[in-house]
Amino acid sequence: MGGFPILSLMLLVPFIGAIACLFSEAKTARIIALVATLANLGLGIVLWASYDIGGAQWQFTERADLFAGFQWALGIDGIALMLLVLTVFLMPICIGASWSSITKRVGEYMAAFLMVEVLIIGVFTAQDLLLFYIFFEAGLIPMYLIIGVWGGDNRIYASYKFFLYTLLGSVLMLIAMLWMVREAGTSDIPTLMAYDFPAGAQTWLFLAFFASFAVKMPMWPVHTWLPDAHVQAPTAGSIILAGVLLKMGGYGFIRFSLPMFPEASAQFGWLIWSLSMVAVVVTSLIALVQADMKKLIAYSSVAHMAIVTIGLFAFNVQGLEGAMVVMLSHGLVSGALFLCVGIIYDRLHTREIARYGGLAINMPMYAMFFLLFTMASIGLPGTSGFVGEFLSLAGIYQVSSWVALVCTTGIILGAAYMLLLYRRVAFGDQVNADAAAMKDINVREWLMLAPLAAAALWMGVYPESFLAPMRKDIATLDARLARAAPHGDAKLVITEKAAAADEHAAHEGAH
Amino acid sequence: MSSILIIVFAPLLASIIAGLGNRHIGNVPAKIITTAGLFISCGLSWPIFIHYLGGDVPAQVVPVLKWVQSGSMSFDWALRVDTLTAIMLVVITSVSALVHLYSWGYMDEDPDQPRFFAYLSLFTFAMLMLVTADNLVQMFFGWEGVGLASYLLIGFWFKKPSAGAAAIKAFVVNRVGDLGFMLGIFGTFLVFQTTSIPEILAAAPALKGASSIGFLGMRVDTMTVLCLLLFVGAMGKSAQLGLHTWLPDAMEGPTPVSALIHAATMVTAGVFMVCRLSPMFEAAPIALGVVTFIGAATCLFAATVGTTQWDIKRVIAYSTCSQLGYMFFAAGVGAYGAAMFHLFTHAFFKALLFLGAGSVIHAMHHEQDMRFYGGLRRHIPITFWAMMAGTLAITGVGVYHLGVGFAGFFSKDAIIEVAYASGTEVGRFAFWIGVFAALLTSFYSWRLMFLTFWGKPRWIQSEHIQHAVHDAHGHHDDHADYAHTAHDDRAHAAHADHGHDDHAHDHGDGTGGYHPHESPLVMLIPLIVLSVGAVAAGQVFKGAFLDTAAFWNGSIAYNEHLMHAMHEVPYLVKYAALIVMLLGLLIAWYGYIRNTNFPRSVAEQLGPVYRFLFNKWYFDQLYHVVFIKPALWLGRQFWQRGDVGLIDRFGPNGAAWLVDRGAVLAKKVQSGYLTSYALVMLLGLVAAISWVLV
Repeated sequence: MGGFPILSLMLLVPFIGAIACLFSEAKTARIIALVATLANLGLGIVLWASYDIGGAQWQFTERADLFAGFQWALGIDGIALMLLVLTVFLMPICIGASWSSITKRVGEYMAAFLMVEVLIIGVFTAQDLLLFYIFFEAGLIPMYLIIGVWGGDNRIYASYKFFLYTLLGSVLMLIAMLWMVREAGTSDIPTLMAYDFPAGAQTWLFLAFFASFAVKMPMWPVHTWLPDAHVQAPTAGSIILAGVLLKMGGYGFIRFSLPMFPEASAQFGWLIWSLSMVAVVVTSLIALVQADMKKLIAYSSVAHMAIVTIGLFAFNVQGLEGAMVVMLSHGLVSGALFLCVGIIYDRLHTREIARYGGLAINMPMYAMFFLLFTMASIGLPGTSGFVGEFLSLAGIYQVSSWVALVCTTGIILGAAYMLLLYRRVAFGDQVNADAAAMKDINVREWLMLAPLAAAALWMGVYPESFLAPMRKDIATLDARLARAAPHGDAKLVITEKAAAADEHAAHEGAH
Repeated sequence: MSSILIIVFAPLLASIIAGLGNRHIGNVPAKIITTAGLFISCGLSWPIFIHYLGGDVPAQVVPVLKWVQSGSMSFDWALRVDTLTAIMLVVITSVSALVHLYSWGYMDEDPDQPRFFAYLSLFTFAMLMLVTADNLVQMFFGWEGVGLASYLLIGFWFKKPSAGAAAIKAFVVNRVGDLGFMLGIFGTFLVFQTTSIPEILAAAPALKGASSIGFLGMRVDTMTVLCLLLFVGAMGKSAQLGLHTWLPDAMEGPTPVSALIHAATMVTAGVFMVCRLSPMFEAAPIALGVVTFIGAATCLFAATVGTTQWDIKRVIAYSTCSQLGYMFFAAGVGAYGAAMFHLFTHAFFKALLFLGAGSVIHAMHHEQDMRFYGGLRRHIPITFWAMMAGTLAITGVGVYHLGVGFAGFFSKDAIIEVAYASGTEVGRFAFWIGVFAALLTSFYSWRLMFLTFWGKPRWIQSEHIQHAVHDAHGHHDDHADYAHTAHDDRAHAAHADHGHDDHAHDHGDGTGGYHPHESPLVMLIPLIVLSVGAVAAGQVFKGAFLDTAAFWNGSIAYNEHLMHAMHEVPYLVKYAALIVMLLGLLIAWYGYIRNTNFPRSVAEQLGPVYRFLFNKWYFDQLYHVVFIKPALWLGRQFWQRGDVGLIDRFGPNGAAWLVDRGAVLAKKVQSGYLTSYALVMLLGLVAAISWVLV
């Protein structure tokens, strides 16, 4: 693509769309938003197709000096590419999900969504620390509005909670960033990723960043904003929140915390592991007793994100790649699950699980999709959920068998709460007349669900398409972390000298 | 050998067409496509198996697609065929093809037939992926895939609450086993740096007792911990003691499903896994001891419970559980060939018994309680003779010196003999358990036969039958079997209200005017084919499975010495199984034909023991108290007290409260009175001056 500023264009398209939406009436706004997001999806596919796997680490770079060393610097590596593609893939689905369910202030709503897209793309493409910060924090505002204006009955509480929490770490992160810029003399992210901060300073920098990313992730115990935000948000808000916004935390860890503060990351490994272990068990158990569908899926998100953090902090290739695939997969699958909830919410206007039942009878197509995403969520091999979960857990096992054991219990609890949900919604007899009268999915809904289903299966059967662009970047990161990586507790020890030689030969043979 | 591609993917393709086409393509096309797909697979599988029967045929691997590559970990989609796989191929495709055919008749009235056949084919595909796996992760794919199909098929009649519950139970309990399997794969990768099964098996023997690995803070023998973790997976899938509770409940699924999945194929996956990884287990003697012990314990447990159940399918389900125990302890003492042989013969005679039971249930209008059967051999003679063949096979009828016997005779006796011949303490324990369980097997199998086919008709009291008679008399329509099943609970409720005698027209012969009919031909053909297998499979294949190292050709750890010792055991050991079989037959005959009051008086005399057995050793109740209730309680506590009561209260809500109080304070300061502002200014001035001066 040469010097063509495709990343700036991807920011510009939804931005212009957003402004146009503000001044349009409902019908036009919908079409503008759909066209803008589809155009960006097209650009995203072009980006993916022309990304040079194994080429330069940073591609499609753009750089323009603004003021005081502050730069308009964009560029992506394989990791950012995949998250970017996820974002532009989910956006048209979000617009589709809001097509008929949003009826008031449609122009503003679509504008807010397009702004969310701009800011998220900015987060994943920014190569300047301050530029990143601006995108990262500004992303809160349209999301806050989406929940606060178009949300459910308790939307004000939820949006304040969302805002308070996510703002919590921001100030600390900003201070840390300013210190880093002064210390390293640059705000260029690629340079900072290779800069060795003194180990003592790393500790504080790590904690400052951690405060922000842990909330975004969200990690236990700063996760309580998520269930409320999801429950109150409109369907599309939930999709984008679970699908992409949560990934900003994971992206922060993999882009900043790990490469910039490798020693501190290793030092705080125990903290991440402990919080992740607690998250997997506790939030899964909480999900088990929920009566509200969205809350249930929101809690399951927290458990899934814990698998991301243990993968990231396994300090090996399997863990890192696994964490990335979990993020991508969760983006698709939890997005799809919220969409599934939205579809029946549009018909019955309740999220209460007990109000449904026997949907497999009157909505067989819907039941099939819902089943597929349920299975992907509990990590059935052949779906996207498995690949990431398996690699993450395989990664952490090499570091700590305890953490692996505790986190693997998630596959049991996950199966329990998701299948219980599925049973109560789709199985059983039709007990509620109004639920029994609901029509199966229409063409618009099919058009949203089918691509998600195809993507989830593709990622499960042939994840190479997604792993290949990231491989080199993960290897680079792994090499950088090697010096700090903790020793595993499960290492093999050959006890008999005589056997050692044999084993070694066998071991070599195995390679 | 690209035929393996067709064998594996034809069922998948058929499943997708039938599943997505569903009601758009209609019942008959969906049934034709799936059944044809399976018969093609089956037709291609037998030549492969016969080819391997010749001996010394090497393994072949057909690569399909790249799957995952992550650092040093990589695994691909590939289809591996060797002797072990070839055996499983014929077992799976033959039983599956016959079950497909059988279901044409059994599911004839069901409105959801395309879905049913799609699930059956999907299951077959997943099972084939499991047995053709060349690496542990693909095996896990198949492992979970059959779990999914099993979940869907158990819950096929999803309107029944009990079916939904049983489906979840099956999936979740299996996941407990999968936890072990997954950790086992992780550990194996850590040690061998590969998930490729042949590479692991090649490297495993060198590690025997020679290394240790860290696990949960302890240092333990490498191979022991790896094999035990993998075995936990096998225990889940094969319903071994502790993780068996899902199997009896799985009988909620339609009976063809029970025959295919919960008797012949899926539940034997654990045995297959242990045999496939036998060189690993051979390097872990302690793990083998555990396998033997668990196998023997399951064998005993399930057989004892099987003697007390009334539901015909549950009796057979516990029987399956028990027979799986036999296979495991055979593997545990190192006789993998014998384990696989029993798996092979068991697939035929157990599928036969289930399909036979299905035929009985079909004839009896979905009544499954044997107390409401009786004298059926005159009504459904072909089913009766098929069940008879299955019973003779499972009870192991045969005479050593004549060298003739039914399928189970050769395989089960081989297991009992080899346990004796192994000479180890746990092997001897397994031997005694095996003999005693054989007695129980004979008893409960003949009990089933006598209750069902002998005696006088007793179905006048059956609600299902009354329902059928009532419908036939009342509406004169050919009522769907499905409807009865789906509306079981309503039917039960209704009849409880009306009392039983309202609808029954007592004809004085216990039939209530209902006369069972033999099943249609599509159901009888599979019964006849499987009967041939149950009669002859042992005789024909015993040489290859038990005594030919060249047949196995390295696909399992074949212990020639042990298999030789097996033939040298005393005659009493060789005849032990036959003796206890006759004893069991005698007891069953006395209790259920000669003196029908005998069982009741025994049950009364043995009160607590009987109740213990009848309630399946109280496993379900125990698990409910120990796992399910605490999990839900903890979930509520973590939510209400943790998230809401603690984190929110002192977190965001606390912060909001603080800000609120702060605002109140600030408001008080900004009172608007000039005097108070002046006072503050004055105080400030004093403070500033004194700070400067001091």
